[in-house]
Amino acid sequence: MKKLLIICSVVFTIYACGNPGEDKTSGQSGARTEVTENGNPSYDPKRGEGKFQNMELPDALDAAMAQSGKQIYEVKCASCHKLSDERLVGPGWKGVTSKHKPEWLMNFITNPDAMIDQDPELQAQLEICLVRMPNQNLTDDDARHLVEFMRQNDGIK
Amino acid sequence: MKLAQSTLAAFALAILLGGMNACKPKSAGTAVSGNAAEKVYVPPGKYDEFYNFVSGGFSGQLSVYGLPSGRLLRVIPVFSLDPEKGWGFSEETKPMLNTSHGFVPWDDLHHVNLSQTNGEIDGRWVFVNGNNTPRVARVDLKTFRTAEIIELPNSGGNHSSPFITENTEYVVAGTRFSVPMDNSNGDIPINTYKQNFKGTVSFISVDKDNGNMDIAFQIETPGVNFDLSHAGKGPSHGWFFFSCYNTEGANTLLEVNASKNDKDFIMAVNWKKAEEYLKAGKGKKVAVKYAHNKYSDETHSATSEIKREVTVLDSRELEGLCYFIPCPKSPHGCDVDPSGEYIVGSGKLAALIPVFSFTKIVKAIEDKAFEGTFGNIPVIKYEAALHGEVQKPGLGPLHTEFDGKGNAITSMFVSSELVKWNIKDLQVVDRVPTYYSVGHLMIPGGDSKKPDAKYVVAYNKITKDRYLPTGPELSQSAQLYDISGDKMQLILDFPTIGEPHYAQAVRAEKVKDNSLKLFKIEENKHPYASKGEKETKVVREGNKVHVYMTAIRSHLTPDNIEGVRLGDEVYFHVTNLEQDWDVPHGFAVKGADNGELLIMPGETTTLKWVPDRVGIFPMYCTDFCSALHQEMSGYVRVSPAGSKVPLSFSTGTNMPETDVPAGQ
Repeated sequence: MKKLLIICSVVFTIYACGNPGEDKTSGQSGARTEVTENGNPSYDPKRGEGKFQNMELPDALDAAMAQSGKQIYEVKCASCHKLSDERLVGPGWKGVTSKHKPEWLMNFITNPDAMIDQDPELQAQLEICLVRMPNQNLTDDDARHLVEFMRQNDGIK
Repeated sequence: MKLAQSTLAAFALAILLGGMNACKPKSAGTAVSGNAAEKVYVPPGKYDEFYNFVSGGFSGQLSVYGLPSGRLLRVIPVFSLDPEKGWGFSEETKPMLNTSHGFVPWDDLHHVNLSQTNGEIDGRWVFVNGNNTPRVARVDLKTFRTAEIIELPNSGGNHSSPFITENTEYVVAGTRFSVPMDNSNGDIPINTYKQNFKGTVSFISVDKDNGNMDIAFQIETPGVNFDLSHAGKGPSHGWFFFSCYNTEGANTLLEVNASKNDKDFIMAVNWKKAEEYLKAGKGKKVAVKYAHNKYSDETHSATSEIKREVTVLDSRELEGLCYFIPCPKSPHGCDVDPSGEYIVGSGKLAALIPVFSFTKIVKAIEDKAFEGTFGNIPVIKYEAALHGEVQKPGLGPLHTEFDGKGNAITSMFVSSELVKWNIKDLQVVDRVPTYYSVGHLMIPGGDSKKPDAKYVVAYNKITKDRYLPTGPELSQSAQLYDISGDKMQLILDFPTIGEPHYAQAVRAEKVKDNSLKLFKIEENKHPYASKGEKETKVVREGNKVHVYMTAIRSHLTPDNIEGVRLGDEVYFHVTNLEQDWDVPHGFAVKGADNGELLIMPGETTTLKWVPDRVGIFPMYCTDFCSALHQEMSGYVRVSPAGSKVPLSFSTGTNMPETDVPAGQ
């Protein structure tokens, strides 16, 4: 009789713990561990994440485009980025076009939040700057003009 | 056996007690049934089904709640100062509170009407009334901000407002207090009410593209108190119905003296006829003075214009413009059903609810079924206009909303309940208690052609024991009922700001997708905008110092300002350079006898500061914006009057050593 009681209470405990929500949770945390272990294979740190890929830019500078880019820079970027290599809030822009592919730059400018969450270099940068680069709502054209201005700043003629 | 006996006795006692308990009326705590929580639970991260725009009463503001959760989403400042948002404190918003009496920092906001197209809520604007200093405001639902405020001349208190026609052609404003007209001598004995005091109802036209308001015309009426109103719709489109009390013409102790007549009136106004008279030149141009204030999302600034003329139509001279319909005992709510055929007058002192038929009103006018005149306006015979009466609905009927399924729900102030009744056969079908003393009630779209009758909300005047005590002043209360079934079921209480009067609600889809996320910095036309740090500067014009400042995570530019002198007026024109959603910056400076600024992305806003002493004054961003928010700050140096400290400004550079030290 005593034995039966023990069995009963064990069964009851199991039943009480066997709540479907918990199963789900443990399944999810398992999946999360997997991602951390493997890194994120779908993310290409050379291209970044966004709508741009394999951008071939002409060798020569488009001066008009760079001029437009300069105006955008002054309104939306200059508060945090210098044109030298000195860091203000974010890093200075000198050399940025040789360090990154144009598609990476374009993706970062137009899709900063997703990139900051995934890009190893941007995550390292965030530890230094502590301010996430804001989404300044630039159009694709705006972003392209900015890249041209960055190229001009890096000496492309 | 003895044991069995006593068990039996206990069992019987339990049944008896249980039975007794069941006979007691349901108390406030037990009126909620089992699945109520499920019905109002909106999980974290999920949106509500409805936006509920609730008048803030004597707070002067408009609150926005989510339904069914009852979560407060926003308080939109309208008629009262709001230092949190800089409303009425920033230079740009001060003109919004201008009136013919000058700057008025408060009002009493009673009623709320969402704009409609074809008799359905279109989610574009919310109109609200200022009861004390008569005004109507329009809130733009793209920005959830007050876009326009117009003052009403020839009005003593704008209570019967801001009800709208089915295509938002007009917003109306009927005066609660009759007063002498503005252009007549007002220095007269108060007890000459009957000779000298006039009522008016104003028709404010609304531009269908941009919402801009204009007083199209006013109708002058005999002196009565206009209380509430609603427009006809469908077959009765072209008519407006206003409840009025104090047909006794009392000017003192209205509690007694304005409650003598067995019947007061609902005034039916044929506004299509008014348009004809207007076209025919029958309106009189009358000299008045009123303010018309508009806020521009391009310049991020308001302008206030004082206007000096209004066109008045005289109800006593122009035949067919107005008719009175007798309505028992000081009618309050005046509500038109979704079909446009039935007009419900809620006589707040009557023990019945009269329902009038538009078809019968038209026929009575054709047949001249009048019982006489009041102030030269024909009074239709009660029975000739009446569809029927709801007998013994409860005590103190105030307002009625409709479920679109042939039923009306009326709030009963004195007996604290909602009563559902059938419009056609006038039989009561359900009743449910409210806690306590319900005033207004609201069904989403409940005054439109298409009610969305999932819920009704009761807005109660008394809360007493509903929430934790907070001293003598308690929060007001709203109660949410599920009306999707046959029985109305109480599912939630939630506290409200101010005293809620009218409220309206609309499906979230009709509003949320049009909600603006930010202002484009390129489109900022503010004269003092700094579009980029390159444009920041400090400019002296006599004793006025204009600071062109920018804010972006996480610094102000300039953040070091010197050369300000005692006696200067400093204007901080702060432009938020952010172009991302939900990144406002705040701005405050020590000792400013002013509110803060709260600047939305892409916007420019100005804080006026008159320093009162020499010294160093910190300034900072007040809205936590980033990990370096605490660093988002700066200093202003204030020197004595006549000081030679040159005007200078900078960010990120220390002052040159040649600077004049303090005291030299």
